Amino acid sequence: MEFSEHIRTANVEDVELRQPLQPAGRGTLCITGHHLLFSVRGDGGGRQLLLLLRSVDAVEKRTSGSSGTITIKCKDLRVLQLDIPGMEQCLNIAHSIETLSCLDRVSDMFPFFYRPVDLRLQGCWGLSSPEGHFSQAQELHQKWRLSSVNKDYLVCPSYPPALIVPACIDDKTLRKLAKFRQGGRFPVLCYYHRKNGMAIVRSSQPLMGANRKCCTEDEQLLEAVIEGSDKGYIIDTRSSQQAQQARMTGGGFESKSCYGRWKRLHRQMERGKALQESLIKLVEACGDESHNMDRWLSKLENSKWLSHVQTALSTAGLLAECVERDGHSVLVHGSEGTDCSLLISTLAQLIMDPRCRTLEGFLTLLEREWVQAGHPFQQRCAHSAYSHARVQQESPVFLLLLDCVWQLWRQFPLALGFSEALLLRLASEVYASDYGTFLCNSDQERCLLGVKEKTYCLFQALLRDRDLYSNPLYEPTELAIWPSVHPQSLQLWRGFFLRWTPQVRQLEEAQEEIRHMVMECARLALSVRDTAARPSENSS
Amino acid sequence: MPIRNKIGEMVENVRLLERSCGQRKPSVGTLYLSATHTIFVENNPETRKETWVPHSMVSGVERLPPSPTGSQLILRCKDFRVILVLIPQERDCVDIHASLARLSRPEKYSELYCLSFNPNVNKEQREESWAFVDLAADYRRMGVPNNLWVTTAANSEYRVCDTYPSELFVPKSATPAVIVGSSRFRSRGRFPVLSYFHQDTLAAVCRCSQPLSGFSGRCQEDEMMLQAVMKSNPGSDYIYVVDTRPKTVLCASLGKEYSEVMETAMKLVNYLRSSSALQHCLLRAFLNELNAMANRAAGKGYENEDHYTNIKLQFIGIENIHVMRSSQQKIVDVGEMRSPSMTDFLFGLENSGWLKHIKAILDAGVFIARAVADEGISVLVHCSDGWDRTAQACSVASLLLDPYYRTIRGLMVLIERDWVSFGHKFSHRYAHLDGDPKEVSPVLDQFLECAWQLSEQFPCAFEFNERFLIAVHSHIYSCQYGTFLGNCEKERRDLRLREHSHSVWPQLWKERSQFTNPLYQTDLSPSQGVLRPNTSPYCFKLWKGLYNHTEKSMPPRQSPADFLSTVREESKQLEEELTNQQERLTALTGKPITWEKVAVPRRRRRTDCQKHGGPDPPATTHGRLISGPDGQTDRKAPRKDPALTLPLRDTDDFSACSDLESGVADLSSRSSSGGDDNKEAELE
Repeated sequence: MEFSEHIRTANVEDVELRQPLQPAGRGTLCITGHHLLFSVRGDGGGRQLLLLLRSVDAVEKRTSGSSGTITIKCKDLRVLQLDIPGMEQCLNIAHSIETLSCLDRVSDMFPFFYRPVDLRLQGCWGLSSPEGHFSQAQELHQKWRLSSVNKDYLVCPSYPPALIVPACIDDKTLRKLAKFRQGGRFPVLCYYHRKNGMAIVRSSQPLMGANRKCCTEDEQLLEAVIEGSDKGYIIDTRSSQQAQQARMTGGGFESKSCYGRWKRLHRQMERGKALQESLIKLVEACGDESHNMDRWLSKLENSKWLSHVQTALSTAGLLAECVERDGHSVLVHGSEGTDCSLLISTLAQLIMDPRCRTLEGFLTLLEREWVQAGHPFQQRCAHSAYSHARVQQESPVFLLLLDCVWQLWRQFPLALGFSEALLLRLASEVYASDYGTFLCNSDQERCLLGVKEKTYCLFQALLRDRDLYSNPLYEPTELAIWPSVHPQSLQLWRGFFLRWTPQVRQLEEAQEEIRHMVMECARLALSVRDTAARPSENSS
Repeated sequence: MPIRNKIGEMVENVRLLERSCGQRKPSVGTLYLSATHTIFVENNPETRKETWVPHSMVSGVERLPPSPTGSQLILRCKDFRVILVLIPQERDCVDIHASLARLSRPEKYSELYCLSFNPNVNKEQREESWAFVDLAADYRRMGVPNNLWVTTAANSEYRVCDTYPSELFVPKSATPAVIVGSSRFRSRGRFPVLSYFHQDTLAAVCRCSQPLSGFSGRCQEDEMMLQAVMKSNPGSDYIYVVDTRPKTVLCASLGKEYSEVMETAMKLVNYLRSSSALQHCLLRAFLNELNAMANRAAGKGYENEDHYTNIKLQFIGIENIHVMRSSQQKIVDVGEMRSPSMTDFLFGLENSGWLKHIKAILDAGVFIARAVADEGISVLVHCSDGWDRTAQACSVASLLLDPYYRTIRGLMVLIERDWVSFGHKFSHRYAHLDGDPKEVSPVLDQFLECAWQLSEQFPCAFEFNERFLIAVHSHIYSCQYGTFLGNCEKERRDLRLREHSHSVWPQLWKERSQFTNPLYQTDLSPSQGVLRPNTSPYCFKLWKGLYNHTEKSMPPRQSPADFLSTVREESKQLEEELTNQQERLTALTGKPITWEKVAVPRRRRRTDCQKHGGPDPPATTHGRLISGPDGQTDRKAPRKDPALTLPLRDTDDFSACSDLESGVADLSSRSSSGGDDNKEAELE
């Protein structure tokens, strides 16, 4: 863990920094194991830039004569430029940033070194645990139970140790049927709709294979999910064709003959590399400076990002509709059950469940459905849109979720308890963070590395900044919030994709004004009450 | 069969479906045809919902072939609503169709609604209503007349230019002779006059029509006029002349053939340089003739920089009214697509070219504003006749330059000045009378949209909200008030509109509480000076509120604007209460009293007052003219309205397509449409 071997030049004087929305500055550049530090000369430490190297997505260098320019493209879409005197220094700095920004070992990453002065590492990491979640949900206890079949991560390496399953299915059966699901991700409860007792269950695809294997235990479990109801729905996030093809590689779908009471609905959702490329194209389009409307609209269309937003929201809408309107339980899966399934189950919960729409509720939902449920953050978020590295496991599924949540937030500005600032913060933290929350690919990896003991939890930190991350307009509603997925109702998430343009400042200003107005009103209400109370005090 | 006039008659058991309003199931009721409106009253005794459609709002009536259940009419409205009517008897349908076709295309001004519309006001109030917007006061507000710009009597009685107002401001050094000479050299006599004077830099925005320069024509007075404009700005030694037309098109309109002939002629000249004097003479005569011919044919053009010293010519490509008309039709079609995919939608948006045109207009405004505010250079704007693109460019520039025009009253003044007074041809452009369809074009729509795009970019900079812009939009078309009637001031005077109709502005002012943007900040510095918008393509959006009624009337979305208006009102009340309390406290210090507990008022959403809709056109109808009371009801947005939930799809539809293994339907190929019903609620 010798960072110093990657740092040949640690300090450079007389560097010019250009960054969006701020005047250029001249000062000292300093590279440490995890950070790039820039302090403006003679500014008494007032203006500084502290950039986590992990957030650098691409480094481009250009040398001319005795000096060079490094362009740093960040994972939060910010682009910085450094003019560095001295060619060798320039190359050294560029090399250090390149190397240190993509360290492979998780335990070398900054969250393990982050020690804020005002905090101490304490026992409780995260907002909730599966156990806590289950014990609080009294309504579950009749039909469901908490199983610790996965306590050693042996049944399913990507699941947490405790899972909620139908009460009548014992651990032995679970062990058997887990073998029938890819990666052992057997169907588990992820949402219980209190209004009608229906459930959302998620899993990975059944390993049916070319010769149409069946698994009685799996059928038993699913039968138990819809016990007392006439049928259930399976939402497969692949097209029927893709599901058929999956049999060739050992996967498959729930056939009618074995799962007679389940009705399958296929909704093709883009995933993996295609999604990553969509993001790359969109970011490229946003950077186009030709000022040509036709070109912009055609690039926007060509990126397909908004189509993916539309599909995700409409599939989530379908899922919520099955549960809330149609009154049936639903099983959600695609192939691995770690990406699109999580995406739509999360969105459906936001649509239906008012408890998920508060600041805590939303963060708890993310923790449960993404961190604990084993979304492979480390693989998916290794690089963002600017990276020149070949796309491997990267895929902006979580970013797509945030975009969809933003669309909900925009369509229902009063119904969600959190602000756009929260979504933006999450969008950058997921790629590079001081906190350990988004490290690793699963709970098991996090345990092995001691993430929960050695790093701080992002969600807890966010809750300490409640003023910034809560929505001043929030007015809880018990109703479901059905999003419109008409193309005209969906918009480019300017706050994120055009975050570093001056135009977005105006919108932020408006948000500030809203917050100010609401707070002012509350302040006045308080003073009125106080003044009203004072004379009565005097009189007593 | 002979057509019976259906005015004053009614047809029962009619079914009406306003799909563009998000309605799914048709309502049954009675259809009345009055002299001014089509009125539909629902049978349902509980609601008795009424739908009012002024005839002037109808842009087209289409009759579909009869079916067993009746005959269907499609009413297309100028505010982009579409109403389907199913009439049981074919005979009735034919008659109504014919009557409506006639009524929606009045031939004379006297048939228009505003001349029969009689809000309950007396003569004095009517006269007052016309004085509500005072242009002279606005010129005084911007500091003219002064020692640079003065009024001229040249156009009194519209002698010099019949499409200009009689009150005009010109450079102090422009003599009447110069004005008259310049006007003869300008298309329709529209010589350079002041539109906006920027007190901070003393630079001005001026407007005129194109010079009739052809190829070689020049006019000394016109050159002096431009010189005078320049001299009226002491800080600069040149002016910008902004021609808002695309330069390439302009050259093409001057005659491709001509340039080809000229080229051949020039070759001839070179060839004949060495030849005989006679041939030379012949050639010269030929060239002169050619030039004159071209001049007569084209007779138009732009300022030649060789003749006008001290000008800088700038072309900004805003397309002509015909391009804009068809572009808007395309954007309306995009809005009417039933369940488009994102690709269809974005492709349609691109294909319409609409946002490109909006961007061009905004770019023109930005150029002018920048020249005036940042460089301190005066700008002279023109297009061909100087009443469409010029009005757009000038008014957008004013909006950017002066925060006053971003207030409710200011926008009224701006429209009155740059559009109404300067002879924008309202009656032609918005088809108030049956006339040449080629004259129709959404020119002012585009200005309103520019204002909307700006308000989206600067949420705190505008006092008015989207509703105000939409209200103005529908009044421009509806002819309920006389404000927008006619094509110029002279025509309005000749029609004696001020005696026979009412001005719309006081009415809108009365309703300003619902047009106010709660986020508007009067004292915010960055948005209170000159607006410097970003005109990158990604800053433009489709104006859903105007073009997509389906969306507008979907289950009432939670409106932050209404919420904030309530908050703002509440704060005001609390503040008053606080002051009261403090006063009482000071008065009562020391005295033991029992103090009543002041309850903190519970936040209530402001509900718009329910408007009455009787058999006569309600005097106070506003905004959404087309419908009486229902227009208001969907704005009310009660907080716990169960309609907040929107059916994703009809349930029966849903179960019918659930299983794949039946092999019947491949669900994946269905357009996934969460918020849209696939099932067409048809009339029959």
